Amino acid sequence: MPFPFWITGVPFSWYLILSAVLFTLGVAGFLFRRNIITVFMSIELMLNAVNLSFVAFSYKLGQNDGHIFSFFVMVVAAAEAAVGLAIILTVFKNRQTLEIDEVSSLKN
Amino acid sequence: MPYIVLSLIKTLIVVLVLMHTLAYLQWVERKVIAHVQLRVGPRRVGPHGLLQPLADVIKLVTKEGMIPSHVNTPFYFLAPFIAVLFALIPMCLIPYGGDINLFGIHTTMQVTDVSIGVLLVLGLSGMGVYGVALAGWASNNKYSLMGGLRSSAQMISYELPMALAIAAPLLMLNTLSFRHMVDAQTGFYFGFLPKWAIFQGPFPQIFSFILFSIAGFAETNRVPFDLPEAENELVAGFHTEYSSMSFAAFFMAEYANMVTVSCVATLLFLGGWQPLWPAEYGSSFLPSLIFLASAVICFLHAARPARPFDRITLPVFGVLFLIIAGVFLIPPVQQILIPLFWFGAKVGGILFVFIWVRATLPRFRYDQLMRFAWTFMFPAALINLFITGLLVAVS
Amino acid sequence: MDAVLFLVFAAIAVVCAVNLVIQTHPIASALSLIGVMGSLAFVYLQLGGQFIAAAQLVVYAGAIMVLFVFVIMLLNEGKERKVKMRLWVRWAGLPLLALFIALMAFIVQRVLPAQQSVKFGAFTSGDAQSIGTKLFTAYLLPFEVTSVLILIAIVGAIVLARKEID
Repeated sequence: MPFPFWITGVPFSWYLILSAVLFTLGVAGFLFRRNIITVFMSIELMLNAVNLSFVAFSYKLGQNDGHIFSFFVMVVAAAEAAVGLAIILTVFKNRQTLEIDEVSSLKN
Repeated sequence: MPYIVLSLIKTLIVVLVLMHTLAYLQWVERKVIAHVQLRVGPRRVGPHGLLQPLADVIKLVTKEGMIPSHVNTPFYFLAPFIAVLFALIPMCLIPYGGDINLFGIHTTMQVTDVSIGVLLVLGLSGMGVYGVALAGWASNNKYSLMGGLRSSAQMISYELPMALAIAAPLLMLNTLSFRHMVDAQTGFYFGFLPKWAIFQGPFPQIFSFILFSIAGFAETNRVPFDLPEAENELVAGFHTEYSSMSFAAFFMAEYANMVTVSCVATLLFLGGWQPLWPAEYGSSFLPSLIFLASAVICFLHAARPARPFDRITLPVFGVLFLIIAGVFLIPPVQQILIPLFWFGAKVGGILFVFIWVRATLPRFRYDQLMRFAWTFMFPAALINLFITGLLVAVS
Repeated sequence: MDAVLFLVFAAIAVVCAVNLVIQTHPIASALSLIGVMGSLAFVYLQLGGQFIAAAQLVVYAGAIMVLFVFVIMLLNEGKERKVKMRLWVRWAGLPLLALFIALMAFIVQRVLPAQQSVKFGAFTSGDAQSIGTKLFTAYLLPFEVTSVLILIAIVGAIVLARKEID
């Protein structure tokens, strides 16, 4: 790393590190949280982290294809959120709970 | 760092003017509604109640801020902050006039020119819903919660027709930057009809303008779509539990949103700061004429004073108006002031319609509101966009 | 300047993401996620992605998250129950997570040459015009397929959520 990095710009790897950190936190939230909506939001966080690396690589390669991929990711996330939240509403309607561990009637 | 200094000065001017506009907009609203309903409105504080906003601000600042014991405190305080923040940020993306060349400095009458201005304003003003929704939820009160829920549903529903109505003129103007958008509306058809988007070929955007205005009423929670704060069913909706400054914050956010919507409508559909008729026919003398007429009226009334102190105040205002009329005629200043005047006149006209509608129309019922959004607004905006796209592609 | 701005927004994003994971009330998590998305929009701007930054604000922060907040408020479930964790999970989980992140950062740093630096304004094909041109020429089929996908999602959501909650 050249020493006065605040003059030469941001090292490219920082963007990927930020993306990796956010993705890991998303995975952690997905594993630790028990509220189905929070779990869903952790998935959105992971999608965001992936989008960041798409855009960062797009910068590195000098093409805007990465921007288009992340745009598609957003569109699919919107569709996913609509259907997912409808499913959550239905689950809550049937079971009166949002705890992921309680929704396990297929288990035993 | 001339750029930073210049930006700071511009920000300061915008903030000062905006704050006074917001305060006086409330005075104008009370006056207009009063006159529509054959009352006189505020007139105790200052001449014609002109100092009423000052009195209101002093009252709101010095009042005790009550925190109800059952609220969710962090979110309760966060909500008005979010509402004001996202109502004020779009202001720095809006251009108020053309270029300025003064003392060798060249700049634009805009805090910052962004090439994706429209999208950013749309996105940022869409974030304002969190303030309302959060206020409703954090108040821990069933009326507030209903208000917050209604507000989020309403804003999601009306954002779609609004975005579609914005997309149609964008197809014709072919840019996302507000400044270029106004440039694309310069000129006149047949020498007199301005090339504003609502008159411009191939498809005059009058329908988009109407749809945008209706959606704008809903986005700013104004009558007839003020369901989130419907006082005869929800007490005061989402801000039932708020008092003093946090209440004033919601109030300010509502007015700031109104100003933003009016500015965007002016820039997109009404040609921004382009005059109504060409300068050859003397459109640049209109502001002077208006102020001259106001001065004459003041002097006439001063000759027959209704109250003793009118003998002093009216001539003072008359001289003031005469000075302003003169300032509009000085050539270097004229270059700056004439676009500002036209922009302000158009925005003021739309704001007047906002107030006029509030004084006139009753409130929708909630199911009517939703049905209107999804069965009329959305298809109409879609068809309008389709026809515009087709005609733009053909021509 | 670039690095300072990046560090500020990256810090906001990471703090908000951590907050998302540790908060027990879904509405606090939702607000943190909005914070992450907003600061990521600024990072996109720095990378030259004007259009994608605006789309991030309009679609993600302005539409999807409103839907989340709306559902959270509609169900109004309150805080999450405390779950019992095993002892070693409780004590070793956080250090292991930090170790994992540090390891990943180290690997990324080593694999990528650090000389390459990102400057604001060096990437110009992220504006709406270039994105639109590419979207409607090279990526026309995926674009149309996503529109069908959204249609299916709308129908699915309506079918699933049609009945009133009592």
